[in-house]
Amino acid sequence: MVNKIKTLHDILIVGIGITPVGEHWEKSIRELALDAITAARSDAAGLKPQALFVANMLAPYLSGQTQLAALLADFAGLRGIEAVALEAAGASGGIALRQAYLALASGLVDTALIVGVEKVTDHASAELEAALATASDADHEAIHGTTSTAQAALLMRRYLYEHNAPADALAYFSINAHANAATNPNAMYRRAIRIEDYTHAPMVSEPVNLFDTAPLADGAAALILARDDRLPETLPHPRVRIAASAAASTTVALHDRTDPLKLSSAAESARLTMQQAGLTHDDIDLFELHDQYSVYAALSLEAAGFAKRGQGWRLALDGAISRDGRIPICTFGGSKARGDTGGATGVYQLAEATLQLQGRAGENQIANAKIALVQCLGGAGATASTHILELVDGS
Amino acid sequence: MEASRHWRLKQERYTLMGEICPHCEEKIFPPRDICPACGENARNLYKYSGRGEVYSFTTVYQAPAGYEENAPYTIALVRLEEGPMLTAQLTDLGDETVEIGMPVEMVTRKLRSDGERGMLVYGYKFRPQLARTISA
Ligand SMILES: [Zn+2]
Repeated sequence: MVNKIKTLHDILIVGIGITPVGEHWEKSIRELALDAITAARSDAAGLKPQALFVANMLAPYLSGQTQLAALLADFAGLRGIEAVALEAAGASGGIALRQAYLALASGLVDTALIVGVEKVTDHASAELEAALATASDADHEAIHGTTSTAQAALLMRRYLYEHNAPADALAYFSINAHANAATNPNAMYRRAIRIEDYTHAPMVSEPVNLFDTAPLADGAAALILARDDRLPETLPHPRVRIAASAAASTTVALHDRTDPLKLSSAAESARLTMQQAGLTHDDIDLFELHDQYSVYAALSLEAAGFAKRGQGWRLALDGAISRDGRIPICTFGGSKARGDTGGATGVYQLAEATLQLQGRAGENQIANAKIALVQCLGGAGATASTHILELVDGS
Repeated sequence: MEASRHWRLKQERYTLMGEICPHCEEKIFPPRDICPACGENARNLYKYSGRGEVYSFTTVYQAPAGYEENAPYTIALVRLEEGPMLTAQLTDLGDETVEIGMPVEMVTRKLRSDGERGMLVYGYKFRPQLARTISA
């Protein structure tokens, strides 16, 4: 098969660092990032990265900072190494891994550090809404006063209408996320919710209610990558390899899509990864998907082929997405309940999937998890990046 | 800010001027010069009627900076009768209940005022079709 990955060496995730999501008024963006980097380097037995890839969306708007990667490399005691920041809104984390993967696969870089970081809580809501709205088409969407919540609401209303779904059709995405976050020490909202909480929740942007949205907060997470010929003598954890890597794009503006209810970039990048890894849907043990708004969880399940068009919400209703279900999603609470960290979100997703495969997920552990699909979306899905992570046999 | 940026878009913002592809007849709005359907150059101007229907809609309460004074307001995806879809605010709703499929027509309104210097940006919004009771 033409697209089957043929690299000489496996590329492994050898260390992860996750910090609690929340309002960290006492920490700056560089301090948030350093916490995650320090944790990841320690987790990787001190392996020194040759290159830094930063996933961030909002620092230029909210922290007045470009060249964030050079800044963070210096601040983390890595002055001198190659460093670059990647921006693809909520897909930044997946895109950062994609770029790091390409660098390692090329043979030009042996070890890499990825850090996703976002600092948002210094700002008032109107400024945050304007900053988030930069992920939409500036000339043809944002100028009309649209917001990221409004985009999700436009999709959700049309979804419920076209598929004749009940008003609470998406409730169980939120209930599942909150149930999983209850045992995640890094989550913002560690409290399970009931269906009544959802149906009585205040509207944010009809039909999107408070429990259909994710809280935007500060956070940082990090990964250390290495080729399998450049590993330290001893690695304390089971090995997780990147079995497939892909990215795709579609129109930024919702109105430019032939079918707005089809996340074509998500579908294409998922298809490419399944093809590269030679896997089918039955092989996937968990799916860390993008759930900044609950409608994206339903649309992502459909795009990746786990449900037919218009049927994604039924997987939530039927319990298929829960930790003991057929296709567990958002196993640490997702953006919904762990908290959404903008461009850093994808790195959280990838780190959480790695914990699952290494058997280090604690109370959130999926039994016998060997293969994880991880998908990051930017804005309303204009950018999608999908990866398959796999536990290396015998490690 | 950015007076020239808004000036460049005045044709489409004030008159719904878009394009039609001379190769495959795809109707294009907003204008984009390369046809998304066939990939050929498409710079032939085409003026849209301004009539369409609501594809989806919602209300914005938490407005971004620059839009707070209008909040709450209704945002819609409008399917133009010629085919393309666009994003716009709905206006002049009065007591009308907005529904998917509701016929709407374009009007020109203030979109935002840019900060303290007060540059106003005008463009299209959509209101319920006035002629609909007569033609129905
Ligand atoms: Zn054409």
